[in-house]
Amino acid sequence: MLFFGIVVLVIFNFSLGSLHDTIRPAVPGILWVAFAFSGTLGLNRLFAAEKENGCLQGLLMIPADRGAIYLGKMLASFFFMLIAEAVIFIIGLVLFNLTVWAEIPYLVLVFVIGTLGFTAVGTLLSAISVNTKLREVLLPLILFPVILPILINAVEATDIILNASDYGATNLPGTSSLPEGLKLPLTIMSSFTVIFGTISYLLFERVLEE
Amino acid sequence: MKVLLQHRVDILLFILLFAGMSFALYMALIGAPTEKTMGDIQRIFYFHVPAAITGLTAFALNFVASLMYVFRKNRWWDSLALSSAEIGILFFCMLLITGPIWAKPVWFVWWTWSPRLTSSLVLCLLYAVYLLIRKSFEDPDRKAMVAAVFGIVAFADAPLVWFSIRWWRDIHPSPMLETGNLDPSMRPALYTCMAAFLVLFLYLLRRRFYLEIMRNKIERMIRRTDTIR
Repeated sequence: MLFFGIVVLVIFNFSLGSLHDTIRPAVPGILWVAFAFSGTLGLNRLFAAEKENGCLQGLLMIPADRGAIYLGKMLASFFFMLIAEAVIFIIGLVLFNLTVWAEIPYLVLVFVIGTLGFTAVGTLLSAISVNTKLREVLLPLILFPVILPILINAVEATDIILNASDYGATNLPGTSSLPEGLKLPLTIMSSFTVIFGTISYLLFERVLEE
Repeated sequence: MKVLLQHRVDILLFILLFAGMSFALYMALIGAPTEKTMGDIQRIFYFHVPAAITGLTAFALNFVASLMYVFRKNRWWDSLALSSAEIGILFFCMLLITGPIWAKPVWFVWWTWSPRLTSSLVLCLLYAVYLLIRKSFEDPDRKAMVAAVFGIVAFADAPLVWFSIRWWRDIHPSPMLETGNLDPSMRPALYTCMAAFLVLFLYLLRRRFYLEIMRNKIERMIRRTDTIR
């Protein structure tokens, strides 16, 4: 998962070789593609262990709310993805020669909300794809169209933070309020997370039922 | 032909469809006045707009049917959801083909990532994925349930895609009927085309729905004979 994210960074570095000196505007997109690809790998393995050992049946027999299984799985993939993102981000900083000390709190905020939204719907779709014939092939196909709002807004927000000089009036760094223009993408990402978290929590047991 | 026209309602719809489509073609291609700046290419508008509206109606119907299936677990709703998703994709393909044909001479590009265009494309992709999910399950009950869950997710996603990109510059013409910008002399053609597309939608939906019901019946028969054996 982590290794794949790094490989994606390296590949982007070569495929965009022609814009070496002006790569900064492309970095938000590169980072989120790397996050999304490595996150998909993680989601693919999320139910694999249970599937192989028939453990899902056991989990379903626990006399507790099935939504709890969803929340547990979601939090697990959330934290794993966040760790992978942190490492990919640091390596990305080194590879693309960026200095971003002051922007880090805002970036962490965007990464956390984006990852929450990604895993909120990703966990549900992973539970769907693990039971199909296609399995690992199906997940990216069904996941990426659905998480498009998260990707669009996460790239937008990261772009605002990293390339703040292009946005003129933004008040970075050091001020306590959010930079101008960052509120909208964050609001949409949060509402995505809340809406899909609720839908997935409620519908998760329907997907697992045998 | 005999199979096509089994039910009295279908015969009625078929006659209505044939007459309506012929009349709509006449109204759109000959009856309506030629647009001042765009010329004859504007006439594609009479098929583009009805395709969008019927397609959206089909996806909304898919959402309602999916929701009903999750609560009722009745295969009737699943068949309805599948039929409307397929027909919705059909109309959206029509939308996404007529759009660029119009855009090339008017905007000088085939495609631009404007909010309306992007969200239409994503919506079409989401329902293609819906069909893909159906293809990858074997057990009919699980297939129906998982598809219903995805139908709900897809329909909830559509407005979010729209809001994510609404700050992009939109060069797509605003809805003509809401803003009242459409010349009164063009309205009859648009309304006829809309009515004709609605009849086409109803007819296709009924046919596809019967086909699915029949398929379910045969499936059940095969399973019964398997258990006897």
